[in-house]
Amino acid sequence: MTRKGGEKMKFKVLYYVNQFFGQVGGEDKAGMAPEFKEEAVGPAMGFNGLLQGEGEVIGTIICGDNFFNENKEEALEFIMNIIKEKQPDIVVAGPAFNAGRYGMACAGVAKAVVDELNIPVVSGMYEENPGVEACKSKAIVVKTADSAAGMREALPVMANITKKLVKGEELGLPEEEGYIPQGKRLTVFAEKRGSQRAVEMLLARLNGGEFKTELPMPEFDKVDPAPAIKDLSKATIALVTSGGIVPNGNPDRIQSASAQKWGKYDVSQRDALTGEYYTIHGGYDPVYANEIPDRVVPLDVLKEFEKEGVIGKVYDYFYTTTGTGTSVANATKFGTEIGKELKEAGVDGVILTST
Amino acid sequence: MKLELRRIHIKDIQLGNETAVKDGVLTVNAEELINLLKEDERIKDVKIDVARPGEKTRIIPVKDVIEPRVKIEGKGKGFPGVTSKMEQAGEGKVNVLYGAAVVTVGDIVGFQEGVIDMWGEGAKWTPFSKTYNLVVDITPVEGLQPHIHEETVRLAGLKAAEYVGEAGRDVEPDEVLVYEMGSHAEESKKYPDLPKVVYVEMLISQGLLHDGYVYGVNTQQILPTLLHPNEEIDGAVISGNCVAACDKITTYQHQNNSVILDLYEQHGKTINFLGVILTPELTTLDGKFRTCDYTAKLCKMLGADGVIVSEEGYGNPDSDLLMICKRLENAGIKTVLITDECSGWDGMSQPLADTTKEAVAVVSTGNVSHVVTLEPADKVIGDDKAIATLAGGWEGCLEEDGSMKCELNAVIGSTSEIGYHYCTAKLY
Repeated sequence: MTRKGGEKMKFKVLYYVNQFFGQVGGEDKAGMAPEFKEEAVGPAMGFNGLLQGEGEVIGTIICGDNFFNENKEEALEFIMNIIKEKQPDIVVAGPAFNAGRYGMACAGVAKAVVDELNIPVVSGMYEENPGVEACKSKAIVVKTADSAAGMREALPVMANITKKLVKGEELGLPEEEGYIPQGKRLTVFAEKRGSQRAVEMLLARLNGGEFKTELPMPEFDKVDPAPAIKDLSKATIALVTSGGIVPNGNPDRIQSASAQKWGKYDVSQRDALTGEYYTIHGGYDPVYANEIPDRVVPLDVLKEFEKEGVIGKVYDYFYTTTGTGTSVANATKFGTEIGKELKEAGVDGVILTST
Repeated sequence: MKLELRRIHIKDIQLGNETAVKDGVLTVNAEELINLLKEDERIKDVKIDVARPGEKTRIIPVKDVIEPRVKIEGKGKGFPGVTSKMEQAGEGKVNVLYGAAVVTVGDIVGFQEGVIDMWGEGAKWTPFSKTYNLVVDITPVEGLQPHIHEETVRLAGLKAAEYVGEAGRDVEPDEVLVYEMGSHAEESKKYPDLPKVVYVEMLISQGLLHDGYVYGVNTQQILPTLLHPNEEIDGAVISGNCVAACDKITTYQHQNNSVILDLYEQHGKTINFLGVILTPELTTLDGKFRTCDYTAKLCKMLGADGVIVSEEGYGNPDSDLLMICKRLENAGIKTVLITDECSGWDGMSQPLADTTKEAVAVVSTGNVSHVVTLEPADKVIGDDKAIATLAGGWEGCLEEDGSMKCELNAVIGSTSEIGYHYCTAKLY
């Protein structure tokens, strides 16, 4: 921590609790508006002791669970103003155990604080608390028991993580530190090379021993196909590709792998892409796509269909990005953005080409 | 089949008036090598340089890495079916300039060439920061079609490695590794109680800069095929240059395939290693069904109890990997997969392009999109501006001071899916 006049500064913790843990009252007080007290209240007192003088709880915000969830904007405005004024080094919320509304309130505070103020947040919840999903990627959520009986176990873990975060120390694995995984797959070095680990994993399997996969299989969304277009001759059709076809020179600098963006290009005045377009996609043999980019984005055939009246119209723009190595999260984001534009433009159907 | 890999430990490379190995120092006559390579009319110019471990040197864009060797006894010199006449590899004695590597660079052919840093942060991520690298920078004549350009630099690299390897012909090795394995009948008789294990090595087979070769045959043209492990570590399989740099299997890594070597280590002790099935990763759905069915069938016919499957590349080959896994597990064969992940810059995205519940035992070799910052080099061999267009780089990722940010995608061998390196991914 920074030092002032040779004296070690304590880091500042701002604490958030609900009406119950804030010692205001039970369910009957769940509608209370947020209040701020310049002292450690409820669990914040025990937490303060666990900081062992390195840090200090400078105050506690107490808010009714119903009030927060029913008047989120108003509650957050008050809470954020206090936090901006007090400038804590870290915000601690809960633990909420398995209390759903309390968990959602902690999550709401956590998301706002991390996103808007970039101040770290530590919370604690039971794994099935809906607040976990709502904020685990933003805050560090310590895994707790499902009731307040687990307070004694939860607070030291939360305090330990708080100290590490404030000092800028890297957190260890979730199972070592006691928090719920944020869902971040981090690349690290193993002691043994990959082939050796594979051989050992196979031997364990063959001998009926224990083994642990390094990559649990992902779960996929299932998307229902859209209903068929009833009259193609009146439909506007757009072309969208993950094949990396861009105007020569790649004006928008779309990446050749692991795309971070997409582009759209006006093709309303063209009958084909050949001549002025090429691919910057790094995941396939580009030679044939560069010869005739319409092989990837079939503007030529679609324009013929338009002339023949098979389809109503080719949409004025085509959309493009690179599919290879592009994260599903980015692809989902691109798809949502492109889909929104197409929908607003009144496009009836899309031909989506890969490579 | 018996193969002796006789390692001569190389402790330095120098350029000089002769090509020879003395006291562990490899001296290379650059002029002679350049003249040899320029016998190919498609090559306009060649530059030779040396990069040593610890030097602040960056090599980019790297196409292939090859281990210099010479066969002193037995059939199948160099890379049979490619640089020499077709003979079966896998038997005899080979002198290996262990610790040295030939690295090819030059004008970019495709987006999937890579970077090797010999020092600092970058050195951690690539296994080829630990080898003494003879860098062969090849400029082809103008107007070469991309496919011909690729073939030209591929052959030049192999030829250079053979030329350099010749220097070890009469040198006494520092260590001798013996790889010997008989027929399945013989080995099963020797080790009747050990579980039978097959290695399935998937090879990307998808066009320019995306092909592997076995005895010179493009793997796009093959059905899954069974090899004696000795054949691969004796030069039967070569790289058609790049997939993404991070997980392409360079020729060097075929010559020293870590899955083969680690399985060999267990042969006769804990397992009976039956051999290697090379499986092409094709682009068509029919092709995928054909090769995956065929691969599983070969494993069943061989009576495998366990199989390790390694992928090359990512994206559509994830499907091949999991299709093979599903077929093997459903046949009661215990399967371990090796793959890398595409979980985005922040590691928050789902890691694979496909999924199957049968894949219960997977080794992860890291996230290809993990971003690293590489310090400025004192010396760049090749052209560091290439990073802007390489897979894993982007426009503006090269700073004015010469430092660069890039994904592991661009770092040669960083997420090797034959498990040649040490990366893994953990859930945080």
